[in-house]
Amino acid sequence: MSTLSSSPQPEQQESRWHRFYDSDLVYAFRHSPVAILSALLSLFMIGGALVGPYFVPQDPFDPAALNLMDGMTKPGVPNEFTNNMFLFGTDPQGRDMLSAVVYGTRVSLLVGAASVLFSMVFGVLLGLIAGYYGGKVESIVMRVADVQLSFPAILIALLVFGVARGVIPPAQQESATLFLLIIAIGLSNWAQYARTVRGSTLIEKDREYVQAARVSGRSGLAIMALHILPNVMGPITVIATINLALAIIEEATLSFLGVGMPPTQPSLGTLIRIGQQFLFSGEWWILLFPALTLIVLALAINLLGDWLRDALNPKLR
Amino acid sequence: MFAYALRSLVLGLLVLVAVAFIAFSMFRFVGDPVANMVGQEATLQDRQELSERLGLNDPWPVQFVRFMGNAARGEFGVSYRQGRKVSDLIQERLPATVELAVLSAIFSTVFGVMLGIYAAIHRTGFVSNTIMTLSLVGVSLPTFLIGIGLIYVFAVELRMLPSFGRGDVVKIGWWSTGLLTESGLKSLVMPVLTLGFFQLTLIMRLVRSEMLEAMRTDYVRFARARGISERSIQMRHALRNTLVPVVTIAGLQLGSVIAFAIVTETVFQWPGLGSLFVNAVQFADVPVMAAYLMFVASVFVIVSLVVDLLYFVIDPRLRSQSRLGKAH
Amino acid sequence: MKTFSKAFLAVLAVGTILASAASAQTLKWARSGDSLTLDPHGQNEGPTTTLNNHIYEALTERDAAGKLLPALAVSWRVLPNDPSVWEFKLRPGVKFHDGTPLTADDVVFSYQRAMQPTSDFKGYLTSVASVTKVDDNTVQIKTKSPDPLLINATNSILIMSKAWAEKNNTTKAQDFKNKEENFAVRNANGTGPFVLVSREPDVKTVMKRNDAYWGKGEVPLQVTEIIYTPIKADATRVAALLSGEIDFVQDVPVQDIAKLKEDQKVRLNSGPENRTIFFGMNVGAADLKSDNVDGKNPFADKRVRQAMNMAVNRAAIQRVVMRGESIPTGVIMPPFVNGWTKELDAVPASDVAAAKKLMADAGYPNGFSVTLHCPNDRYVNDEAICQAVVGMWAQIGIKVNLVSQSKSIHFPLVLKQPAETDLYMYGWGVPTFDSNYIFTFLYHTREGSLGSSNGTGYSNKEVDKMIQSLNSETDTAKRNATIAEIWKVLKDDVVYIPVHNQTLAYAMKKNIDIPVDVSNTPKLKMVKFAN
Repeated sequence: MSTLSSSPQPEQQESRWHRFYDSDLVYAFRHSPVAILSALLSLFMIGGALVGPYFVPQDPFDPAALNLMDGMTKPGVPNEFTNNMFLFGTDPQGRDMLSAVVYGTRVSLLVGAASVLFSMVFGVLLGLIAGYYGGKVESIVMRVADVQLSFPAILIALLVFGVARGVIPPAQQESATLFLLIIAIGLSNWAQYARTVRGSTLIEKDREYVQAARVSGRSGLAIMALHILPNVMGPITVIATINLALAIIEEATLSFLGVGMPPTQPSLGTLIRIGQQFLFSGEWWILLFPALTLIVLALAINLLGDWLRDALNPKLR
Repeated sequence: MFAYALRSLVLGLLVLVAVAFIAFSMFRFVGDPVANMVGQEATLQDRQELSERLGLNDPWPVQFVRFMGNAARGEFGVSYRQGRKVSDLIQERLPATVELAVLSAIFSTVFGVMLGIYAAIHRTGFVSNTIMTLSLVGVSLPTFLIGIGLIYVFAVELRMLPSFGRGDVVKIGWWSTGLLTESGLKSLVMPVLTLGFFQLTLIMRLVRSEMLEAMRTDYVRFARARGISERSIQMRHALRNTLVPVVTIAGLQLGSVIAFAIVTETVFQWPGLGSLFVNAVQFADVPVMAAYLMFVASVFVIVSLVVDLLYFVIDPRLRSQSRLGKAH
Repeated sequence: MKTFSKAFLAVLAVGTILASAASAQTLKWARSGDSLTLDPHGQNEGPTTTLNNHIYEALTERDAAGKLLPALAVSWRVLPNDPSVWEFKLRPGVKFHDGTPLTADDVVFSYQRAMQPTSDFKGYLTSVASVTKVDDNTVQIKTKSPDPLLINATNSILIMSKAWAEKNNTTKAQDFKNKEENFAVRNANGTGPFVLVSREPDVKTVMKRNDAYWGKGEVPLQVTEIIYTPIKADATRVAALLSGEIDFVQDVPVQDIAKLKEDQKVRLNSGPENRTIFFGMNVGAADLKSDNVDGKNPFADKRVRQAMNMAVNRAAIQRVVMRGESIPTGVIMPPFVNGWTKELDAVPASDVAAAKKLMADAGYPNGFSVTLHCPNDRYVNDEAICQAVVGMWAQIGIKVNLVSQSKSIHFPLVLKQPAETDLYMYGWGVPTFDSNYIFTFLYHTREGSLGSSNGTGYSNKEVDKMIQSLNSETDTAKRNATIAEIWKVLKDDVVYIPVHNQTLAYAMKKNIDIPVDVSNTPKLKMVKFAN
């Protein structure tokens, strides 16, 4: 990809591209309309969340930018007091729903991606340690993983929130909510990574290179990590993709229960919680746009993850 | 075998103690139960007196030891909010949640297995592709949106099904059931669908992939080579091998059924443990929250204990391992 | 033959309708939250007292407009020779639900129970010295000094049977000390129009009509059974009314009012509640914890408070957030309260330019940042009001962090000493209909049993002195003059920023008509079924 260093060898670059283009994975991708569609959708939404804020009319997180009198404007119809128009309408605070959805998607994706990263790093580390050291360490880690896998994620998240509420001074709680969500959701999803990595570690542990490292007095763990990680990249990517969708839904659920993002910095879940109050009052756009966005986002990522799993596991194709 | 069981049991108890500690320390920090009890308009002195009476001023290790001792006896004190024994509250709410959870577990398992088998056998057909795609839609739909959607369609627009509660219940001893009255059954429909939907899609996808996996084993190939009919292979050989992990996972998923019950019960105002918990969180009702967490943890420990033992019985490899002291 | 069968069917149909009209008239009643206890002296909290008022009764009662009426007492007077004694004549022939007659002993017992340290109602009776029986139908209440307004507390003190309480070992008001359930928490024996049948907290409470009710001829009493169900989720509650499972919804979300008004099957009544919503500022602290100003407290500067007061656009909040269902106000006192005047109530003009100038004069031309605490499950649209105000204050440079949380976490922040919030939303109802109740709880310096809900740190010795003088002032004109004087000082000091008086909406099926009650305690004995 680097145009500076490799420009003298265009053929080589070409062939590398060809090799990539013809690889199993890409071949499968090119021939799966569902995969292409879901990838495009995901890219569109991720891209929208990244650059959208430069295009939408309003910063919905800036309270001074909102005009209360714009509240409850119907989509595409001028407001009766201010005469302003909004493509997706506004909520009762005068917040432009299009801007809110774009910023909300950004928050949801941020929480989702960061919590997946958190649980991935955490889970992979624990899996390595458990597989490498075995014995008590292993049985404790894996038992905790069992608990985590069956213990309701929402309860874990509520728990983390409860502890944090007591530890963090009230004044900082709002700014900490984002991190709290990431940690809470991250802590409720690490076990699958740990299990996968531990399995691979058990296989690698008795290989000669590890034993050699051990004999030479070096830590086998670090070396092993380098050998194991490439092997488990496939399954971990699949788990991460599917977990991203789950994390986004989990965040929405927490926000629905009222412990997620505050209404001044709404995620998609918070927007749905707010919009749900208007289910019967006829202001359908306040609920519909965030809900549709959430469903499409989760669906696109799920489809991609699903396809990826099948593609990486040729037995199931 | 005995050592293995004992080991599982000890580990389970350790989990319970850990959860108890987390529950206890978490609830020490949430809200201020005193202000709830004496009301917004009480004096400062009233509040301090009450704090003292409830033992909230003792050092925390004292409170934890007291908590553990009481928890072991199933005694979580009196609900700050309702002034009633928590064990009574749990007992009163248990039937609603159990009926809801069991029915949705049955619903999701039966339909999940059926649809999963279908999708595995007709791997490339239009119907099974549709089923698989729809299942992804199901996984991508938050539980609360399903519930709200069902209420909107069936309660408000069509006015066919009740939007909240259990309807009329019949008391059998201390158990209350909604299965014996028409309104009770009607009330169950939407919550069961809502709660079961996510599990259904999970089980269906699991059955499909396990089944596909099993169909590729040498064992099945050999059976096929012996000329056994495809149908018999699918049903007798592949399915049987599939069901063991499926039943295990379904059992272990009981925890998430309970978790989603919190959301489902909130949406449908279902008078079960989940809504008791949500109410308790609202009022910082420490004893009820602690009891609920301990209840969920106990369910998990018991289920995983049973699953562990079942595994042991089913999978001979584990048995030989345990003899070598390598069971985990 | 055909016509015969048609006629037969018609007769049958009419018969069925008549039968159903004549038999059970069940009223299914839904609210957002449940009552906390049935003990009549256990919890002084809106939904709790509302439910208890159907089973128990007090010496007096208030109608939907707040007017004091006789109930268990038929008449009362201050003894001409001793202004510190109130005498009540009890209604003859009243029976408790268990059939025993009401006597003066029960009244004395109930008042003494309500004055116990464990009672949540003792705050109403701080001026009472003793309660004594004169004869079976006469009770005297002696106050420490003449208390002309004691009568305003009598509708809050419910009367229970002494014999029943003694028999069931529940002579003490609900007590958490023993960690035991008190018999009266789950059982009830009052004189009220409805008899408790069953109760499952947070699920449902069933009551049936008291056929021996003393007021049977005076009030309609057509409801034969009440099924009370708390439904927390707004959407579910409204859905239950629309789908016909519920007859009466007491807490109607404002966004659904317009839709429900249009619905042919639903009747919607709305009216003002005796409750004001406002913001409190920590004016007393030397330095605020949550602000970005070091070494001083911007709220201690009156100009900042005035600027914030001016920046609030109450008309916009009323129109958009409350959809017209509120009455903007300039004082934290609803019009029902003694001491209210049009001048006090005048809403300050919303003027961002003038507010900005005041901020600059006070030394904050670029504003400052501060945290606002807000409940999200207590008042009508509480969280949305806070959000709107955050935007309004942002326009004069005050950057507000909004923290909205459950009332169980919110109220302790305000109630703790010192308060753990610098800026907070609060609401205040006035069950005694007198300004003194507001002064005592919200403005008096926090000391002893006074100022317990004053989270602002406001302390004005002059005002304190005047507030205390109200308790023993028997001359109504003089007393009212003092009240007016106190309000003048307080309004000028801008300790609180008033927003509006809350408006209530009740939704019900078309065949009933329940008027909005100013204290938000509707009386279902007054319900009539139309055909």
